Formats: sequence, C-alpha cells, structure tokens
Amino acid sequence: MNANQAAESLLASNQQKELEDLPKDYPLSTSEDEGDKDEERKHQKLLESISSLNGKDRQKLADRSEASLKVSEFSVSSEGSGEKLVLSDLLEPVKTSSSLAAVKKQLNRVKSKKTVELPLHREEIERIHREVAFNKSSQILSKWDPVVLKNRQAEQLVFPLSKPQSAFAPIEHVVNGWKAGTPLEQEIFNLLHKNKQPVTDPLLTPVEKASLKAMSLEEVKMRRAELQRARALQSYYEARARREKRIKSKKYHRILKKGKAKQALKDFEKLQKVNPAAALEELEKLDKARMMERMSLKHQNSGKWAKSKAIMAKYDLEARQAMQEQLARNKELTQKVAASESEEEGEGQEEEEEPLVPDLVNEVQIKANGLNPWMFRNHFIDAKEAEVQKDLEDPAEPEAQETSESEEEKAVVEEETLLKEFEERRSLRQKSELNHMAEPVHRRVTKDPSSQEVLSDLRALCQKLSTENHQSGKQELSSARTAQREEPAREEEEPMLLQRPERARTLDELEELGREGCVENEELPRTAVEGLQLEKNLSNHIGAPKEKKRKEQMIDLQNLLTTKSPSVKSLAVPTTVQELEDEEERDQRQIIKEAFAGDDVIRDFLKEKREAVEASKPKDLDLTLPGWGEWGGIGLKPSAKKRRRFLIKAPEGPPRKDKNLPNVIINEKRNTHAAAHQVQVLPHPFTHHQQFERTIQTPGSTWNTQRAFQKLTMPKVVTKPGHIIKPIKAEDVGYRSSSRSDLSVIQRNPKRLSIRHKKHLENNCVD
Amino acid sequence: MKVKMLSRNPDHYVRETKLDLQRVPRNYDPTLHPFEVPREYIRALNAAKLERVFAKPFLASLDGHRDGVNCLAKNPKSLATVLSGACDGEVKIWNLTKRKCIRTIQAHEGFVRGICTRFCGTSFFTVGDDKTVKQWKMDGPSCGEEEEPLHTILGKTVYTGIDHHWREAVFATCGQQVDIWDEQRTSPICSMTWGFDSISSVKFNPIETFLLGSCASDRNIVLYDMRQATPLKKVILDMRTNTICWNPMEAFIFTAANEDYNLYTFDMRALDTPVMVHMDHVSAVLDVDYSPTGREFVSASFDKSIRIFPVDKSRSREVYHTKRMQHVICVKWTADSKYIMCGSDEMNIRLWKANASEKLGVLTSRERAATDYNQKLKEKFQHHPYIKRISRHRHLPKSIYSQIQEQRIMKEARRRKELNRIKHSKPGSVQMVSEKKKHVVAVVK
Repeated sequence: MNANQAAESLLASNQQKELEDLPKDYPLSTSEDEGDKDEERKHQKLLESISSLNGKDRQKLADRSEASLKVSEFSVSSEGSGEKLVLSDLLEPVKTSSSLAAVKKQLNRVKSKKTVELPLHREEIERIHREVAFNKSSQILSKWDPVVLKNRQAEQLVFPLSKPQSAFAPIEHVVNGWKAGTPLEQEIFNLLHKNKQPVTDPLLTPVEKASLKAMSLEEVKMRRAELQRARALQSYYEARARREKRIKSKKYHRILKKGKAKQALKDFEKLQKVNPAAALEELEKLDKARMMERMSLKHQNSGKWAKSKAIMAKYDLEARQAMQEQLARNKELTQKVAASESEEEGEGQEEEEEPLVPDLVNEVQIKANGLNPWMFRNHFIDAKEAEVQKDLEDPAEPEAQETSESEEEKAVVEEETLLKEFEERRSLRQKSELNHMAEPVHRRVTKDPSSQEVLSDLRALCQKLSTENHQSGKQELSSARTAQREEPAREEEEPMLLQRPERARTLDELEELGREGCVENEELPRTAVEGLQLEKNLSNHIGAPKEKKRKEQMIDLQNLLTTKSPSVKSLAVPTTVQELEDEEERDQRQIIKEAFAGDDVIRDFLKEKREAVEASKPKDLDLTLPGWGEWGGIGLKPSAKKRRRFLIKAPEGPPRKDKNLPNVIINEKRNTHAAAHQVQVLPHPFTHHQQFERTIQTPGSTWNTQRAFQKLTMPKVVTKPGHIIKPIKAEDVGYRSSSRSDLSVIQRNPKRLSIRHKKHLENNCVD
Repeated sequence: MKVKMLSRNPDHYVRETKLDLQRVPRNYDPTLHPFEVPREYIRALNAAKLERVFAKPFLASLDGHRDGVNCLAKNPKSLATVLSGACDGEVKIWNLTKRKCIRTIQAHEGFVRGICTRFCGTSFFTVGDDKTVKQWKMDGPSCGEEEEPLHTILGKTVYTGIDHHWREAVFATCGQQVDIWDEQRTSPICSMTWGFDSISSVKFNPIETFLLGSCASDRNIVLYDMRQATPLKKVILDMRTNTICWNPMEAFIFTAANEDYNLYTFDMRALDTPVMVHMDHVSAVLDVDYSPTGREFVSASFDKSIRIFPVDKSRSREVYHTKRMQHVICVKWTADSKYIMCGSDEMNIRLWKANASEKLGVLTSRERAATDYNQKLKEKFQHHPYIKRISRHRHLPKSIYSQIQEQRIMKEARRRKELNRIKHSKPGSVQMVSEKKKHVVAVVK
C-alpha cells in the first residue's frame, strides 16, 4: 500500500499541476466520487501521469478533457460563450443571454421556413441551362457582326488576312541565330574565327544610334513634304509672274494696276484702323515718292513718246488729249498733301487728302500695304473704265448675234422662246383663272364647239404628217390660231394687260413663223392660210387696238392647246354627253384643267412623232465633189445640174406602221439581231435601269489610264498560291481573345436549380 | 531670230534594256476610241468563251486505296500532305506535289469513320468501327520500328466522327453522345447528350473554338457549348443532315449538307430560318467543306458529282464530275483555297482546281492584269444573254441531266398545286411558305 500511497500523493500533486496547466475555459467536472470505478480510473491516470513524467507526452493529457467539453448535461452547447456554468445560473429563470441568442435565431429561422422547394424537373433545368448558355454564346458571337459585315462589303480582301510582321533584324541577330550547316559554311566560319573577327559586335555605333535618334522617319517625311510644297508654290508664283509680265495688252495692265491700287487703298484703310503709326510711315513713304516724282522727268511730256505725240497733236485730237492727260497726272502726282498730320481726324477727310504717288511707287509698295493714289476716282478714270468694260464685252456680243443669225438654228431658237413665253403666260393665266372662277360654266359651253373644230383640224394635220412628212411646228401654231380667231368675243374675258411689251414681241414672232410656214410648205392647209390672211386684214382694219386684240388671241391659243387633251380622250363619246354633265363633274374637270393647264401634250406629241418620222426616213446621198470639173473656191457652190446628177435619192422605205394611226408612234428601230445580245429584263440587284447602265459604262484599259484600269479591275478576293489561309482570329481584327483556354473553363457539374433560380434566369433570358 | 526646234528626250522613247516593252504613247481622247461598250462586250464574250475553253479542272487521281474512301483530312501546317481513311480501316498519307502515297497504316478493323489532324500538324486521330480512338504520329516510324499508334482509347460504343480543337489539346468524338476528350486522359472530360440517337458528325467552330455543331440521324442539328458543357439549341429539318461545316471567316455561319439534296446555310443565332438554301444536287449531299476564304464551299453528293456554291447564292457556280467517279463521300478544300480534293466510292481521291479555268503556276504581271480584266468583263456583262449562256453551260452526265429535268418538273408541279390551293381556298387561309422556311420543322430550345 505504501506504493499506492505514494502513487496517490503523486497523483494529487499531478492533478494540481494539471489544473494549473489547463486553460481556464476548460470546464471541469468537479464531482469526484470515490468508488471502485474511480479506483480504476485513478489507476489509469496514475499510469499516464507516470508515463508523462518524462515530459514528452504531456499534451496527451490535455485531450482527455475533450469529451467533457462536448457532452454537456443541458444538451445546449455553450460553446464559444467562454463562460463557466454556475449553479446559480440554472436556478434563475431563463433570460436572454448572449449565448442563447444565436440558438434562438437558428430556431426562428427553422420555424419560419415552411417547406423546402422541390428541385425542378431535370429536363426543365437542362432547358434553362441551354437557354442561358445559348444567349451567352450568341452574345459572344455578335461581336463578330461588324467584322463579317466589313469583310463582306470589302472592295478587296487579300488572304491570308494576318500578315507576318516584317521586322528588320540587324544582321548580327540573324548571324547569331544561324549555324553553319554545310561543309563550305563551316570552313568559312573557321576562317573567320581564326582571324578573330568580331563576333559580338555592338549592334550600332554611338554615331549611328545618334543619327537614328536625331529625326524620326515621319518627321523627315513631313519636313520634306513641307519643303516640296514651298518649292512648288514658289515655282508656281514665279511662273505666274512671268506669264503676267509677258502679257502685252495695255488694257489688261491698266485694269490690273487699278485693281492693285484699289487693294492698296483698302489695305491702307485697314492699317489706319489697326496701326496708325505704321500708316503714318506709309504716308511718309508716299511723300518721298512724290519728291522722287518731282525730281524725275516722267510725265513731263519730254519723253520720246511725248515728243512724237506733240508732233501729231496738231492734227490729232486724241494725241492732244493724251498729252494733256499726262500733264494732268504729273500735276496730280506732284501735288503736295495738304495736311498729312491730320490723319486721325477721320476717314472721309483722309480720302480727300490722300497724297498722290507715281506708278513706280505703287508697283513697289503694294505688297507693303502702301497707299495708292490711283484709287481716286475722278470722272476721267471712270469713263475710261466704262470704255474698257465695253471693250471687254464687245467681242462676246457679235458672236451671239452671229449664232442667232444662223438661219437653220433660228427657227429652233424662236420656238424655244415661244415655248418660254407660253409658260409665262400660262402662269399668269392661272392667276387670272382663279379670279374668274365664277365663269367657267359659261366658258365651257362656248368652248366646246371650238375645241371640236380644233380637233378636226388636228386630225387633218396628222393625216398630212403621215402622208407627206412635210410639216413643221409652225403650222400647228398657225392652224391653232385660225381656230382661235373664230371666236374673238370670248377673248375679252382675259385680263392680260400686264405683260404688254413681251407679248407684243412674241406675237410678231408668231406672225413671222406663220409666214415662214407659208413660204416653206406649199401644202399648208388652206384654212390656215386663209386664217392668216384674215387675221392680217383684221389687224389692218382695227389699227390702234390691234395689239391688244392680238395679245388676247395669243392667250387663247395657249388656252386652246391646253383644253384639247380631254376632248381627244372622249373621241368616241357623243357631244351630248358633255352637255349633260353635272355641275360636280364640271368642277372636277375644271380642277383637272387647272392642274394640267398649259401642258400642251398634243403639240408635244405631234412634234415628237414628226421627229421620229424624220429620223426613220432613209437619207438622200449627195456625192457631189465641189471643184470637180468646174471652178472651186470659197463661196462657190457646185452647179445645180451637177448636184442633181450626183444626188442619189434614197429609196422609199416600207410604209410606217403608224402611218394611219395619228395618236400612236411605233418605233421601228428595234434591231432583232442586236436584241439577242441585249439584256431584256432588269437584273436582280438593280432597281433602276440607269444603275445597271452605269455599271456597264466603266470601260477598260483602252479608255482609262493604267492606274484607273488597275483600280477598276481589282479582283475581290486575292489569294496567294502556297500560302495557308487560317481561320480568322480575334487578334487579326483587333479583338482581345480570351486569355483562358476553353479546356480550363469547362464546367462539369451544373448546379441544381430551384424554381426561384429558374425565375431569375428566365428574367435574365428575357433581358 | 529664234527658231524653235523639235526636240525629244531620249528617255521618253528609248528602252533601258532589250527586254523592256516598247513605250507606246497613248491618247486617251474618247473621240479617238469610239464604241466603248460594244467593244468591251465583244471582249467579254471572248473572255467567256475562253474561260470555257480553258476550263480543265481535273488535275490528278490518287489511287491506292483498296476500298471506298470514307474520310479525308488536311494537314494544317503542310499544304502538300493529305490524309485519307478508307472503308477497310486503312489510312493513307499522301503527298500532293508528288501525287504519291507516302505512308499506309492499317488503323482500324472495319471502317475508318473519322480522321482529323492535330492543330500543330504533328499527329492525327482516327476513329473506327472497332470502337477505338487512335492517335498517330504524322511522321512515319523510323526503320525497324513498327507502325504503332501513340495512344489508343477503347470506348464502349462506336464512334462515328471526330474533330480536333483548333488551338488546344482537346478533341471531340461523336457516337451515342458528343464526348470532349483531353488528349492526356483516357476518359472524356465531358459528355453532352440531348435525346438518344446516333450522331454522325461533330465539328468545332474554327473561330469561337468552344462552340461545336453536330448532326444526328433523327434529322436534327445540335449546337454545343464546350465551356458550359451543355447543348445550346437544336434545329430539326425535313430530312437527315449528313455533315455540317463552319465558315472559317464568319463565326456564326455554318452549312449543313442534307439528305434532301439541299444544303442549308444557317446563322447559328437564328436557326428558325436558314440564311440560304443551296440547291442543285440531285441526290443526297454527303459532305461539305468551306473554302478557307469563307466565300464559297464545295459539296459532295451521292449523285457522283461535286459542286461549288458561293455562300450567298442558292445555285452552284460549278459542277465537277468524271465518268469514273462514283458516289462522292468526302470532300475537302485545301488550305490555300486553290484546290479541291474528293474521295469517292471507287477508291480514288481526286484533285481538282477550285477555279476551273485558272492558270496554275506563276503569272507574269501582264497575264494577271489580263485575267483580272477578263474576270471583270465577265462580271460586268454577266446578265447579257449570250455571255450568261456561255458561262453557265456545263456538260453533265445523262443521269444527272435527266434528273435535273425531272426534278424541275416535280418542283413546278408542286408549286402549281400550291398556287391552286391558294387560289381555291378562302383568302388568307392558305399561305405561301417561302423556300427557306419550308424545310425547317422546328427549333428546340
């Protein structure tokens, strides 16, 4: 037992130690009952304590208390509270202590949750996943849209798209990376090494480096371009100056000088405003110039020219004038400025007091904003200027006259002027019609028979056209006029007094036209001729008011042409129908008439048809050779006999298909052989034939310069033989490619989804 | 007195060397060169005729296989190397410049179903009917060594197709499902399925490389996202799609070769309507491959011909056939976009020019200018009837020709019937369905 005693004492001491060693937060089971089991346990402890005496396994002892930590009597863990459970705590009613708050919270949370949501059906989850993934990937793909569009529309694509960067490697780099392979190379290298050639040379000498740094390529280019431009400008101005100097025209120089003077004056004024001191200097210069003029003999009538003029002056008024002019100029130039000091007073005064300077100074000082005395506009100069301008205009006028006089064109011109006048009148008439809206009904009735008549006339005309092909536009006019004349009473309605002079002229022209028509075409319809004569008679009789009458007639002629079109349409309709028209209908017609007032469709059509017929007629062949067998020269024409002999008459072609169809033009030009080669239908991408024609009209090398030709024939896709074309990459087009590899991003287990997730995702999908 | 002399700078008319062209001074005054358009028209006519005269597209036939050629692959790093797999499990590597087979491997038992090269061009993969995936070295074994694959993966089911990722050590196979494999592992890193049917072909998108497309025998085309390991969308067509091919220049465009004689070009973002329906074949289309320029593609058909379609045209611009060429099973456009290869049933691989009348070899600048000009002329006058007729004229085998006629009649009849139906029913109740929409049955999300 002794040993047991000793052991117990050891144990006790040991336990003390143990207690000390243990951290405070270790809850201790204080109850130690004495029993057999305890005996055993103590023994165990003893053994352990003995074994732990050597100090190594002491930690193990601490483990023992773990069990008691976990197993708490109250089944509520007080873990983390760091408090000892004291008996008094348990006696008291339960309070809200910090240790329990967390637990309570947990409990509440559990209570608040009713049921856990069911996970979605697997298929549905997958569907959602797919949808989300699809949206994501299509978003990624949409970044390619601009690239694809650009490539599709590109003028030219050169494959491979990514060009290897051509880097300029110094020779040393290349040499270092290269090894001698063949025996010859090896031999050479051996030799080089033997001679101790510098193997690791510095790449560039300091001087070279400095020179590289000195100016970048762009800078040099820019500088060069600048210099080039300056040189080009200089040479251009030089050339221009030379050219101008070479012009001999005095008039030109005079005008030029005047212009310069004006400019100088302006400049001077500006200078005065901006910098009075500088202006003063200028004035001083002018003063000096005046002195120079006084000293010189210029404008003194003592030169060679003046002397010669002096001789002529006796007989020639102009020479005398010129001399006087010169003297006057001298006087002007040498006149002293009255008050050059009073500069600041005002511009109006200054202009009067401007000093006068000789030419010499002007020429020199224009650039330096010099004041120029030539600005002074005396009447004399003005007159001269006017003269000059006249001179300048003169040459143009005769030309115009010439052209107008040329006989062939005359008719055309007249026609055109006529048309213009018609237009004018139409606009005016529209106005007047607006004023006379009240009367249309009456007018309509009166007009109807006349329009019928006109129609019959026109038909006759058409017949003639088709049979003889010998009519001109003037006839229509004249025939129309006859129709007009038969109802003069109506004309009074038109208040057309506004444009008197113009109209009078056009009328005259019209008359002329009519006469020409008579002369040229013997087969003019009788009615027309009669009408014309009648009209003449009328005009003779009436005398003073004739002008007015005529004007009105003119107006009605226009009116008539415009009203014809509806009646042509209603050819088949009996006239009674027209009489039965409702008022509404009449109004409608009136509106339409107004809308198309002055659209002389019929006349245009007839003209067109006439031209078409003329064009399709085979032409006579004239084989006369002037000067062959008789005298030749300017103004000599081959004799009529000869002309007759050598004129080959074109055979009469087959009759036109539209011969008996007055209101139809049948084009007979279509060539069936050519048609086989022509495009019949507008091809797909084009929306208008002009677009298509434009694509055809850009010709090749025969008609274009080399550069333009190359540009025009540039192929759309260029590939190089032997070059591998790789698929386009994000880097090629300037996008950043994803840094992570596809392999590393693979997601293996997609998450489970609940309904809430699903809703969220679906919302995202919608977005 | 100053006398003006005529003087010329010899630089303007003397050639520097004998080989230089004589300088011809030109006057571009249009009045001196009348009839621009008619003259150009004649030139265009001549160009069109000459094009047909020089149209000799067939270059070579590579024979050596002992069974029908089932699959072709090109080497991404070498233009001259082509690989082919036959129906007897034999793989041959060809040198196109020599037009010779440089290596033969008995790779599989049964068909070689698919073949693809690694992006670096050092090795290639084959799948066969013996349920294996094999990786082979591109270079042949040194002497004494045996012809052995680098790796062999034994699968549970038959793999019907294979394609390699364009940038990484990943490849995809298809069979019962689409499997994505890491080259280093013997099991797929992910498998993607959508329904159960045998998938006949799988292709990686060359631009956005994480996208895949596959086509299965239940008439659908399925798109996959490799990163998210999920299918994206499925479109069901009228009939089965045999293969698809992605456009190498337009990331979202792919073309599907269908059994109903047509090819469909889709924008993968809008699958409900194809961008273009390409029709000209008269039998099932078996394979399709894009030109590397992305402007055209070539299709191989069961009707013993291959056709070249522009991407934006519904009709083919060219048809190639020979007397001896049987059903064409696979076709490839070479990486320099100049040639086309096709493998067919009768054991031959044929090499064609992509542009039938193109002159091969180096062109002088004048030749090039002339061809460019001729090309432009043909393009300019393409709508003129004579030129259109000449440049469209092709000789076709009687079978194809008669079938085209037959189908034209059938199509016309169908159209007429549809029109009649519309005519005789209540207005608005029957509507004309456009050709593009007609063939898409459904799009499944």
